[in-house]
Amino acid sequence: MTGAIAAHELRRLFRSPLAWITLAVTCFVLGLVFLTLTDVYLSVIQPRMAARADATGATEHIVSPLLFWSGVALLAVIPLIAARAFAEERQRATLPLLLAAPASATQVVLGKYAALLAFLGLAVALVAGMPALLALGTTPDWGRIAAGLLGLYLLLASFAAAALYVSALTRTPALAAVGGLGLLLFLALLYVAGNAATASGELLARLSQFAHFQPFLEGRVRSEDLAYHVLFALVFLLLTGRRYERLRDRP
Amino acid sequence: MHDPQADPPDAPSLLQARGLTRRAGAHTLVRGIDLTLRRGEVVGLLGPNGAGKSTTLRMLAGVLRPDAGVVRIEDRVLDRAARRRIGYLPEEPPLYPELTVDEQLRLAGRLRGLRAGARARAVAQVKDRCGLRTVERRLVGRLSKGYRQRVGLAQALLGDPPVVLLDEPTVGLDPVQLREVRELVQGLRSGHAVLFSTHILPEAQAVCDRVLILVAGRIVHEARLTEEAPGLRYRLAFATDPGVDALAAVPGVTRVDPTRGPAHAYTVQLRDEGVLDRLLDRATTAGWGLRALEPERRSLETLFMDYAFGAEARAA
Repeated sequence: MTGAIAAHELRRLFRSPLAWITLAVTCFVLGLVFLTLTDVYLSVIQPRMAARADATGATEHIVSPLLFWSGVALLAVIPLIAARAFAEERQRATLPLLLAAPASATQVVLGKYAALLAFLGLAVALVAGMPALLALGTTPDWGRIAAGLLGLYLLLASFAAAALYVSALTRTPALAAVGGLGLLLFLALLYVAGNAATASGELLARLSQFAHFQPFLEGRVRSEDLAYHVLFALVFLLLTGRRYERLRDRP
Repeated sequence: MHDPQADPPDAPSLLQARGLTRRAGAHTLVRGIDLTLRRGEVVGLLGPNGAGKSTTLRMLAGVLRPDAGVVRIEDRVLDRAARRRIGYLPEEPPLYPELTVDEQLRLAGRLRGLRAGARARAVAQVKDRCGLRTVERRLVGRLSKGYRQRVGLAQALLGDPPVVLLDEPTVGLDPVQLREVRELVQGLRSGHAVLFSTHILPEAQAVCDRVLILVAGRIVHEARLTEEAPGLRYRLAFATDPGVDALAAVPGVTRVDPTRGPAHAYTVQLRDEGVLDRLLDRATTAGWGLRALEPERRSLETLFMDYAFGAEARAA
């Protein structure tokens, strides 16, 4: 049942121009970022590094910022895609098909989440193509790139769970998208605010996804960061499941 | 005069609801509805707009949780597994405009938990039944309202669920499609229990074995239609009261019921037209002073008007 719902969600997603256009725009924007980063690296950073013993390479200066910006760009995209999951179904009055089916809340929520994960997998794969291009001119640090991509995927997966929950709160897709974006931006701002060097700042930063994304970009895969993203996603999936069951009370 | 439950068929009950109640804030949409659907019957749920027809059907389908009361499907409390036994067409058919008719029906089959082989057969069957062969590859979003309604109907009938709940299945259909849907519903009678809501009276009259009239969230009347005797009934009013016995004494009068309303009014049942002349002769010679005479039409419409708007007027 979960598989059927996931397959249906993906089909629905890729039948609409939304998925294609979002992916295209994201690729275009991140392509520009990649181009700029590479350009700066070649013209400014590389000549300076040439003379140093502790020189850092293309992976540090191009791939890590690229993946960071990918996280930021997709932060804006995820609420748009996730808004379809529940809010659009409610608005179009298609939800009764699921509610009347012998499917549990867990199956429905996991199905919809799996489809989001598949979409994000595709987005990450497209992003991954850019660092792969670096192999043409240099020897990238593949381990670090892999860690960064894993971190990016986990970051997006936890974003998606939060956005899915917001999608189940309203029957207006635009509202769901704005609400989801607001929540994700809030979490990102915690990171910015938390960077102030105070004790409370430290705490705030720890709550933010980006703080648990940064180590991946530095090539470090820490279990606390893995746990953070997995738990974050689980909490929001549980909330979404509860919310879905309540749709039978307040349609 | 009416005793709709006098002769309940012995067929097994497929759906049973007891005390279904649903509130929305301080407003009660449906209050304490009891109903039973038996195998082999088509039941109409009639009522003015806002009477709670859709709310009732949604609770029966398990889409909306009742605030009180219980629904049983084949003697099991309506749970997740029991939803498989219900085919439900909501007021607005739940269709994805970006899917083709085939894809939509296959999706419905998957959600119903049908395995691949059974699913293909079920989809083929409902396409034939609902006349969707010609549009199977078209996008649902491009279909006319009538076809969309039929896809919704096909979706509800997929996998042959024993309980079929249809919320206004004939809305938006042209007369030809209307007749087709009517025949379709008639064809479902054997082996199924069908409940459908409508506010179109002839619709219910044409298809249903039984109607439930819902007003302000309550079932105010229940009537069997197939058992209505076609006998000749007339409503008479007199200036002086002849009394039931004097009327019944006229040969050929099979039944006399005092009628509320104007003074000395009766409803009489006659064996044949000839009896009417005899009755009028008697009225003249006995000096009862006939003041009104009209054939009584106990059609659904009079029932509906009596019960629906009568109750509404009483409530107001």
